[in-house]
Amino acid sequence: MTIRCEIVSQDRTVFTDDVDIVVLPGAAGEMGILPRHAPVLTTLKYGIIKIRKGTHEEHFTVAGGIAEVQPEIVTILADAAENVEELDEARAEAARKRAEEALAKGVPPDTDAYLAMEAALRKSNLRLDAIRRYRKGGMRIPTSEN
Amino acid sequence: MASAREMRLRIKSVKNISQVTRALETVSASKVRKAVNAVTATRSYATKAWQILKHVAEQPGRDTLHPLLARHGEVKSTLAVVITGDRGLAGAYNSNVIRFTAQRFDRNPVPVKYIAVGRKGRDLLLRRRKDVIADFSNLPAAPSFVDVSAIGRLAVDEYLNGNVDEVYLVYTDFVNMGRQIATVKKLLPLELGGEGRVEDFEHKAPGPTAAYEYEPDQREILDEIIPRFTALQVYQAILESQASEHAARMIAMRNATDNAKELIGALQLAYNKVRQQAITNDILDIVGGAEALAAK
Repeated sequence: MTIRCEIVSQDRTVFTDDVDIVVLPGAAGEMGILPRHAPVLTTLKYGIIKIRKGTHEEHFTVAGGIAEVQPEIVTILADAAENVEELDEARAEAARKRAEEALAKGVPPDTDAYLAMEAALRKSNLRLDAIRRYRKGGMRIPTSEN
Repeated sequence: MASAREMRLRIKSVKNISQVTRALETVSASKVRKAVNAVTATRSYATKAWQILKHVAEQPGRDTLHPLLARHGEVKSTLAVVITGDRGLAGAYNSNVIRFTAQRFDRNPVPVKYIAVGRKGRDLLLRRRKDVIADFSNLPAAPSFVDVSAIGRLAVDEYLNGNVDEVYLVYTDFVNMGRQIATVKKLLPLELGGEGRVEDFEHKAPGPTAAYEYEPDQREILDEIIPRFTALQVYQAILESQASEHAARMIAMRNATDNAKELIGALQLAYNKVRQQAITNDILDIVGGAEALAAK
């Protein structure tokens, strides 16, 4: 018994397959979705989507969005989503630096530019964190969580 | 038959036209590539979003879930958002949309208001004396969601204010380079059956068996997704239309170039005959003159 999982970001289909379990960063905390789950509609926080199929695991970063759970399908509409294996560490690091510097320079808070910068910073932090923790054969840094 | 000089001028002007149409074809070819990339990139997201909206609409007690899901009791007025291009020279692209609109709405039982997106559509609607309540022209090429969100918001507001009781979207669906179909889609209130081509996703999820659980809570999540996903359908329709417009223009210009080439060939042949005839006549004159002299 498997459940269909479809991850779609605003500009492409990121992942489609039948899987055993999907773990989502829901608004009210992590939710593990197994086949025949009751219907749920939830917003997503910044976080990691974990997918397991047999012994194979995949991880995706997600920067907010919506997930719809039906008994046989999970549809994830992400504002942005990437497979952790496809993330570019150097680029994420550069983006984080840029955002941090811009914030340190003192953009007036509560403006669109500030919010965009803050979102960019959160996004690149999320990506870097995901690379460290989940990339296969990647560097592993012990963290307080997990 | 026209004189050789006239024909020469005609050939020259047709050649000039074919150069212009060929240039337009090349420009459209590069634009269509970008537009098609944009439309295919966002299509799966928009399709899924629409699907989720439909599932929400299938929920028990939908009329009380969210004002955008509530059906107005009696339909007294209809709004149609008609998406066309700003420019002509795109074959039958603009007139197809307007003809389709007329077929669909001219015999509508209740008054129809129109929102025109694109200058050509606005002009054609006004010429037919339609009630155009808003006009969005000169959209940027490859618009972002923010660029066009005002259109969706206006349609949604008209519905929420009770000015209109249903909203349709008329646009051109991009199938492939050679095929674009004028389509109508009911935007509000959400219809369970549905029109348009958006239904054909490969994995058809079965209808929900039970009511949703909502996280964080129903109000918050529906407030977030319903207006946004509705506006997204307008955005997607605009992208589909733009890709269709460029494809239609490219094909129209290619046909024009081909026709011009054919015309040049025919004119050149006729011109050569006239020229040949003139030379033959000249030679006959000279020979005739020479013979007349020799006979003396």
